[in-house]
Amino acid sequence: MAFLDKHKAIETHATLLMVLSLLVVAIGGIVQIVPLFYLQNTIEEVEGVRPYTPLELAGRQIYIREGCYGCHSQMIRPLRDEAERYGHYSLAAESMYDHPFQWGSKRTGPDLARVGGRYSDEWHQDHFENARSVVPESVMPPYGFLYNAVIDGKYIQDLVETNRMVGVPYSDEMVSASLADFKAQADPLGDSAGLEERYGEAAFGTPVNVRNFDGQDALTEMDALIAYIQVLGTMVDFSTYTPVANR
Amino acid sequence: METYSFLRHMADSWFLLAMTLGFLGLCVWAFRPGSRKAHEDVANSIFRNDDRPADATPAQTRKEA
Amino acid sequence: MWDYLKLAGLGVLAVLAAIAANYAHDLAYQVNAITVMLAAGISFLFVLRTAGDPKTVNQAEYFDSVIRAGAIATSFWGVVGMLVGVVIASQLAFPQLNFEFLQGYGNFGRLRPLHTSAVIFAFGGNALIMSSFYIVQRTSAARLFGGSLGWFVFWGWQLVIVLAATGYVLGATQGKEYAEPVWYVDILITVVWVAFLIVFMGTLFKRKEPHIYVANWFLLAMIVTVAMLHLVNNAAIPVSIFSSQQVQVYSGVQDAMVQWWYGHNAVGFFLTAGFLGMMYYFVPKQAERPIYSYKLSIIHFWALIFLYIWAGPHHLHYTALPDWASTLGMVFSIMLWMPSWGGMINGLMTLSGAWDKLRTDPIIRMMVVSIGFYGMSTFEGPMMSIRAVNSLSHYTDWTIGHVHSGALGWNGMITFGVLYYLVPRLWNREGLYSLKLVSWHFWLATIGIVLYASSMWVTGIMEGLMWREVDANGFLVNAFADTVAAKFPMYVVRALGGGLFLTGALIMCYNLWMTVRAQPARASQHSAVPAE
Repeated sequence: MAFLDKHKAIETHATLLMVLSLLVVAIGGIVQIVPLFYLQNTIEEVEGVRPYTPLELAGRQIYIREGCYGCHSQMIRPLRDEAERYGHYSLAAESMYDHPFQWGSKRTGPDLARVGGRYSDEWHQDHFENARSVVPESVMPPYGFLYNAVIDGKYIQDLVETNRMVGVPYSDEMVSASLADFKAQADPLGDSAGLEERYGEAAFGTPVNVRNFDGQDALTEMDALIAYIQVLGTMVDFSTYTPVANR
Repeated sequence: METYSFLRHMADSWFLLAMTLGFLGLCVWAFRPGSRKAHEDVANSIFRNDDRPADATPAQTRKEA
Repeated sequence: MWDYLKLAGLGVLAVLAAIAANYAHDLAYQVNAITVMLAAGISFLFVLRTAGDPKTVNQAEYFDSVIRAGAIATSFWGVVGMLVGVVIASQLAFPQLNFEFLQGYGNFGRLRPLHTSAVIFAFGGNALIMSSFYIVQRTSAARLFGGSLGWFVFWGWQLVIVLAATGYVLGATQGKEYAEPVWYVDILITVVWVAFLIVFMGTLFKRKEPHIYVANWFLLAMIVTVAMLHLVNNAAIPVSIFSSQQVQVYSGVQDAMVQWWYGHNAVGFFLTAGFLGMMYYFVPKQAERPIYSYKLSIIHFWALIFLYIWAGPHHLHYTALPDWASTLGMVFSIMLWMPSWGGMINGLMTLSGAWDKLRTDPIIRMMVVSIGFYGMSTFEGPMMSIRAVNSLSHYTDWTIGHVHSGALGWNGMITFGVLYYLVPRLWNREGLYSLKLVSWHFWLATIGIVLYASSMWVTGIMEGLMWREVDANGFLVNAFADTVAAKFPMYVVRALGGGLFLTGALIMCYNLWMTVRAQPARASQHSAVPAE
């Protein structure tokens, strides 16, 4: 029974203990994480999901900065009441360009996965400034200060480029036109043809929202955030989606 | 789907068996004959050396530059 | 020579930080850079003043000054973290407390990561570092390895906390729960953590005891696993070296899996394995009898660390994560119940034959209740990981209640017990200032937890049921806003519970302070230990 004495080796050998613990804790993660990058059925094949426009991407950074994920999920489960309340259940494909994912874990406020287009820009303006002016029961904090935060898009190309580095399929053109597209999206009077060509109907099947999102002259964080909120869940073309059973 | 079915099959058979055997092995290991004395000794080791390191005389100091 | 290298390094660091502050893309980065510059400057002055002094290290003594600092930091950050918790709990009940004039800096969304990080990494982290340094020295019968490296770990960790906390308020976050610190803070965490591992392993290497006591296994597994989790989950590319923004390497479903593999094991290893290490040392010490079954502790250890790492996907039931992964998470979570309760029984039964101590010793009472809460939340956890239960509990306050019965009940109470155990010994005092105040603390904390957990059960189950309620025609009965309004009274109860828990912690701080200030020195058997 010599092998039984081996336990003493672990009990008395610090390095062995460390290496063995590391091996034991590594197994679970390897089995659960690695296949997700290789199994073909992990992400559904659907059409319409596109990279965020520069302005939407900037809005997403504000969403992250303000910790919105602490109270809002972006993941509709395939349950009857959720389909009724929020719409079609979320697909993995819909967040494949989300670095990091924003599925959330808590609904102190409602799910936002398909909130895009559900309310007007004006409703969002009022709601962000004082949520209780439109939803009296709401406990959401005020975000009026976003109106005063003017943004110039100075570093937006860096952000788009970094997203491309981690695999979001931005073309060379999209990267080099980042700043122009960033400004064009919130300027309905300007020239947004290039933006529409790169991200719009011809390329991905849905036109890009080009509006003055915050209703004031200056380009502010409020523009970016509302642009992001208004695109959530509006991309995927469900006519191209077939559920896979074994997944 | 091929990879998926293959992995699923492995997980449901060999991997499950390996885990069960691993656990049983661990129990045999812990309850191996002759371990009692060692375990009693180590369980009581926390009641030694409470105030200062072992076999150190207070005068023994070392320079660390 | 070494001192001059240190001086040069700190000087370069301060200059680099000043340059970084100058070119900063955002306010958070700038403030963080200035903080680093100041920290490097202060360290520079400190090293300069002591440069060339002969440094004698008394190998015949334990390195306890860093543990004393750890006890102070643990109490301090505990109070800060709990205070922020009470603030954000009140904000949920009374949203007017998200003051408009603070321009977003005081909003719930920014304070919430401040609360979670402060209690997990500042309070819990300091408790773990302090306890590891104490336990590994005593069970190895050797002085802490690495000389002043222990101080580097302590101060490095405090810098991490300050950078992360100021960053959150100013808007620097990675946007992943419990992993909010931005890329450069993540790098600093890695450096400090590796130093922690070196100190811990080095001490084990020079130990005089033949065996490595089981508490050290748990602590070592905690250190190693947290390093692995941290490195994998925080893989990100900075947008610029002068920006606090970064882009995660993973996206969508893979990022979700990595995140909850990390998130659940921050609980499993940081808050469970590490704190079990504390239990395996301090409970037998306070009870003055060895652990109930050392063999059980071996099985407990290997089973726990193997199973825990699989449990992550139970946070992602019914999401876009493939079913095979969430099923694995569920099955392993349920299996995890067994080693968890094995550990609980091992801790509780240590008192067999000494149960009368529960009446006479409020510290042991605190430890026993903490093990009780550990048992409760490790039963509740596997239950909530079952898909059918999770479909109701997920996204609701039930999860918040569950987390807090673990965090307040298990981590909080055992840490309080450990502080009560350590402070008189570290400062060489004749017992605690007041056992009566410990009893007060015990009851305030316990009632606080009960209020917290029960109010969150009520709101969680209520809102889960309200969300899914449909009428005879299949229409939803409640608007989302109705469920928010219905939760108000319970939110007040929750804030009250948190307030009681915080009050208890403040009483503890007073008691510990008076222990150091007013208690007579212990009649010591040897005069070598300075009373500080």
